[in-house]
Amino acid sequence: MADISLSGAPHHVDGIQASYMAQVQRRRLYGGLTLLIFVVLMVSGFNVADDRNAGGFWDGLHQIGDYPADVLSEAWEKRADLPALIVKYFPALVETINIAAVSTLIGAIGGLFLSLLGTRGLAKWPRMIPLFRRISDIMRAVPEIVIALVLIFVLGGGPVPAMIAIAIHTAGALAKMFSEVSENTDLKAVEGLASTGATWSQRMLLGVLPQVAPNYVSYTLLRFEINIRASAILGFVGAGGLGYELRNSMAWGPGRFDEAAAIFILLFGTIVFFDQVSSRYRNRLTEGQGQ
Amino acid sequence: MLKIDKLTKRFGDKTAVDAANIWVEKPTMIGIIGRSGAGKSTLLRMVNCLSNASEGTITFEGEEITSLRGAALRNWQSRCAMIFQQFNLVPRMDVASNVLHGTLNKRSTFATMFNLYPRSEIHRAIEILDRLGIAEQAPKRAEALSGGQQQRVAIARALMQDPKIILADEPIASLDPMNAQVVMQALRTIHEEDGRMVIANLHTLDTARRYCDRVIGMRDGRIVFDGTPAQLTTGVARDIYGAGADFSEAATSTEIETLDRPGIREAESYA
Repeated sequence: MADISLSGAPHHVDGIQASYMAQVQRRRLYGGLTLLIFVVLMVSGFNVADDRNAGGFWDGLHQIGDYPADVLSEAWEKRADLPALIVKYFPALVETINIAAVSTLIGAIGGLFLSLLGTRGLAKWPRMIPLFRRISDIMRAVPEIVIALVLIFVLGGGPVPAMIAIAIHTAGALAKMFSEVSENTDLKAVEGLASTGATWSQRMLLGVLPQVAPNYVSYTLLRFEINIRASAILGFVGAGGLGYELRNSMAWGPGRFDEAAAIFILLFGTIVFFDQVSSRYRNRLTEGQGQ
Repeated sequence: MLKIDKLTKRFGDKTAVDAANIWVEKPTMIGIIGRSGAGKSTLLRMVNCLSNASEGTITFEGEEITSLRGAALRNWQSRCAMIFQQFNLVPRMDVASNVLHGTLNKRSTFATMFNLYPRSEIHRAIEILDRLGIAEQAPKRAEALSGGQQQRVAIARALMQDPKIILADEPIASLDPMNAQVVMQALRTIHEEDGRMVIANLHTLDTARRYCDRVIGMRDGRIVFDGTPAQLTTGVARDIYGAGADFSEAATSTEIETLDRPGIREAESYA
């Protein structure tokens, strides 16, 4: 800090310039090599995948618009029926949303316990932390559709297996997100409550939850959006709701594309609607009510 | 050269800057003083077009700044460098790269992505760093430097822009007295040697007095004083800060020498 004068003599500037230039050259070389490797991998990987494909990417590329064009043109011809069809499929939409809502609720409660039990500093049984963490890992590692297929095989088709499947996945996924939030909580309040002789659940309820609630609710709303999509997809494997109707109308082929279009409109509208509503609430929760 | 005419900024129903008029004829070193919340930062941010004016105009060498958009706006920003209280460097990049960011206005995003700066500019960046006495730090990460060094890197980035005006928003507010002196001296030297206009927000009176040719006092968004440091009497200063008769300049001083002044000794012995 001694060098206050600005009239620097050119003593060692050349050396610094040369060594910095060398460093820049080396960095550029590495950057170029990385880019080259990336491009080679991308191109060769694409070619391998294309060879293994049954149809071939380039042969199928020009047909990509054919199916949507069929659906759209047929739906446009029968556009007068669309409002009636939307009304007809509305109960199925309600079923889909119900599956998502119930599974989000159950999953969030499960995730809450898994996260509190799996976070260092908060856990009731610190030695069991790895156990609860692995449980939540497994729960979110298995895709909803796999759990749903197994449950449909056991319980038969319908909304209940879909609900359980999504709830399990949600619990695992939310446990991870929740515990990331609760790892950053301030433990002073928890310590203060412990000093009064409060039980573990009292400490969590009064010391931790008020701090983390906005983030938890925000993550849960995000999960609710994701679960609406998931429950629509699970309909494809026979779990009821809008996805089931969509598969039926699409599998029948031409002739019922107007129904498919009506269902698409419903699904798209619902997802946009809940997206907007939940993102508004999430913003308010994380950024406060504003001044 | 620089003309600020009835410049006003409102946030909701609050007026941060209220019809400010400033006219600068030739490159000058100007200090703006006032309490926090007096609108000093808002004024500087409007000159750099980081925020838009609600009303009024800024004109620089006959060109109206307030109406610029897009590329013309960014070009103005490159001619009007800004230095911040918290340095606002990219902490994880090395010092020389941070200085080279001063040339971003002339570079495409593609060239920036691959870090393709011409050799001549890299050399110039290191020469500027050397002028500020920190050439040795060039390959280090910006976050590894001390506050005073980081602020000098920020000044180097500003110089890399080769600007007509340098705006400094509380440049020494988070530095210790020694580093504050180094940074203010650097700004003064740049003003004297390169003939660049420097406008600095300062919150200590003696810094403004010592380094600036002209002092502007702001209170509640309004310009309440505009004159030479000699005209800035204790009475005027009390007005600017809205302070009572117990206000003493030495009490807010960051100068080391003030410790030897009798006034502050007494003040300390009372404490």
